[in-house]
Amino acid sequence: MVMEIVCPAGTPAALRAAVKAGAHTVYCGFNDETNARNFPGLNFDRAEMRDGITFAHQHGAKVLVAINTFPRAGDEAIWHRAVHDAEACGADAVILADPGLLDYTARNHTGLRRHLSVQAAAANADIINFYAENFGVKRVVLPRVLSVPEIAAINSETEVETEVFVFGGLCVMAEGRCSLSSYATGLSPNMNGVCSPASHVDYRQDAGVLDARLGGYLIHRVNKDEPAPYPTLCKGCFSVGDKTGHLFEDPVSLNAEKLIPQLQKAGVTALKIEGRQRSKSYVAQVVRNFRAAVDALDAGRPLPEGMLARLSEGQAMTTGAYKKTWR
Amino acid sequence: MELTIGPNQFFWSADIWSGFYDDLARAPVDRVVIGELVCSKRLPFYQDRIPEAISKLAAAGKEVALTSLALVTLKRERKLTAELADMGVMAEINDLTVLAYLPEGQDFSVGPLVNVYNEGTLRWLASRGARRICLSPELPIASVARLATAAEELGVAVEVWGHGRLPLAISGRCYHARLHGRSKDNCQFACEDDPDGLEVLTQDGKPFMTMNGVQTLSDSYACTDHQIETLRSAGVSALRLSPQSNGFMRLCELYRQRLDGSIGKGKLAEEIQTSNPATRLSDGFLTGTSGVDWSGAANP
Repeated sequence: MVMEIVCPAGTPAALRAAVKAGAHTVYCGFNDETNARNFPGLNFDRAEMRDGITFAHQHGAKVLVAINTFPRAGDEAIWHRAVHDAEACGADAVILADPGLLDYTARNHTGLRRHLSVQAAAANADIINFYAENFGVKRVVLPRVLSVPEIAAINSETEVETEVFVFGGLCVMAEGRCSLSSYATGLSPNMNGVCSPASHVDYRQDAGVLDARLGGYLIHRVNKDEPAPYPTLCKGCFSVGDKTGHLFEDPVSLNAEKLIPQLQKAGVTALKIEGRQRSKSYVAQVVRNFRAAVDALDAGRPLPEGMLARLSEGQAMTTGAYKKTWR
Repeated sequence: MELTIGPNQFFWSADIWSGFYDDLARAPVDRVVIGELVCSKRLPFYQDRIPEAISKLAAAGKEVALTSLALVTLKRERKLTAELADMGVMAEINDLTVLAYLPEGQDFSVGPLVNVYNEGTLRWLASRGARRICLSPELPIASVARLATAAEELGVAVEVWGHGRLPLAISGRCYHARLHGRSKDNCQFACEDDPDGLEVLTQDGKPFMTMNGVQTLSDSYACTDHQIETLRSAGVSALRLSPQSNGFMRLCELYRQRLDGSIGKGKLAEEIQTSNPATRLSDGFLTGTSGVDWSGAANP
C-alpha cells in the first residue's frame, strides 16, 4: 500500500492546490475556535467546506475536518454544530481531541468516521485501543514524543491506523497538554486554537538590536541583520543561571523525509504535513515532494534526494522525537 | 472548603520526601495525593517509602490518593499505570491511559493534567467512575462555575489549583538533561539539585518559567487568596496546594485560616510576599487577561 499523504489546507485555494499536487487526503477546519489553527483569514466557512469537499471527491481525494480544540463549558453547541456540519458537507472523517466531543460524536453521528487528534496526546497502545473501544476511533495522530521503534511497537499492539507528522512546525511539548501560550497571552491551543498568537507579538528595534516579544516577554533578541524567527514560546532563547540558549528547542522545524521507509516498516498508515497557515504554493510543493517519495518507495525506487531543502528557507531541520537522542 | 495537597512535582531525596509527608500528617489538610507525576525515572528512589507514607497519612485521618504519571509512553510506565488500578488506594488519573486499566465503575479522581474543559467530558468521566476532579489551572472562572454546577448534579467534587507553580507543559524531552548536554535516557538525574525547579529567565532578565525535567512550570506561584469567595460561591469544594520545599506547612495553615475566615482576603498573600519577597504570585488564569496576571498588590 502506498502511504497516505495527509496535507494541510488553510484556504479553499490551498485545498485545490494540494489535491492537484497529488495529496491523497486534505485536512482543514471551520473558520472559528473549533479548530487548532484558528488564525485570522484562515479556514473555511460552511459553503467553502462543502465546495472544497466536493472538489476533492471529484479528484479522488479525501477531506478530514479538524474539530480539535476543547469545547468551552456552556458553549459545547458550537462544537456539536461543527461536527454536524462536517458530516453534512460530506467530510470523510472528523479529527477530535476532547473525550466529551468524541462521546457525543460516537453517539450522535455513528456513520461519521472519527480520528483522534494529536491534541489528545495518546502516546501508548493501551489508551489508543481504549479510544477505539469507547468511541470507535479508526485512526490516531500520534503525539510528537515517540521514537520510530516506539511507533512500531504501538502498531504491533493496535488495529487503529496511525498517522504521524513528517514535515512542518514542531511542538516540543506534548500537544493538548500545554498552556504556556495562555500563561503569557491569555490565548491557548486548547481553548482558542492558537499558540503564541500574532496579536500579542511585538517587534522592536533599538541600537541595531531587534527584540521579538510575546505578551511582553522577550523571546528572541538578534542583531538587525540576522534573521528574526517568529517568537514561538517554546523555541525562544532564555537563560538559566549562567547559560543562555534555546533551552527547550532551537528554532527548527520537522523534516522526517529520510525516515519515510522506516515509518512504513513501523506500520504507519499516513504521513501528515503541518501548515494550514502556509501558502498554496508551499503546500503544493511539499505535497508533490512527499507524493513522489511514497510513490518511489512503493515502486521500490530510492527516495528522491534532498527534496525539501528549498522549502525550509535556510531554517534548521530536525527529525524530532523520531530519533531517541532528541529527548 | 477543603484542602487537597497535590503530588510533589519535583525530585526530592527519599529522606526529604518522607519527612515532608510525616509533617503533612500533622497539617490541617483533608486530602493528600501522593506518588510520581512527572518522571518515571525518579520513582525508584522513593517508591518503597510510599506505603508507609500512605499509612501515616491515613492514620492521621487524611484521605489519600495515588497519582498516575502525566505522560505514559514506555513499557515500564504502562506497567506502573496498570498497577495503579489495584493498589487499594483511590487512583488520581493525570493521563487518561489509566482508564484503560481501571475496571469500569471503580471510583477514581481526576487530576489537573487531564483536560476537563466542558460538561460533556465531565459527564463522560463521571459515568466512568470519576468522583472528584481537579480542574486544569488554565480554565477561567466562568468555566469553573459552569463545571462546578454540572459536577454537583453528578455528585462529583470539583477542586481548583489553589497554590503553587503552575504545571504549564509536559514533554517527551528532558530539559534539565538538555541543559547539561545529556539526553533523557542518560540524564544522570540532573533535576535532583532543584527542589522547586530551575528558574528560566528571558534574555533581559525577567523571570518567566521553571524547568523541571520533562515538565515546564510557571515562574510565578499561583495563589487564590483573592479568589476564595468567588470560588466558593461557584461551588468549588476544595483547593489544591502544590508541594514546595520551603514553608509548606505554614502555607497549609495560612490557607486553612483563610478558608475558616480567621484571616481576611489579602492577608495570606501579604504574609507570603513578606516572608519570601522573591516569590511572584499569579491568579490570572481565573480572572485575569493572561495566566501570569495577579489581582493583588505587587511584592513589597
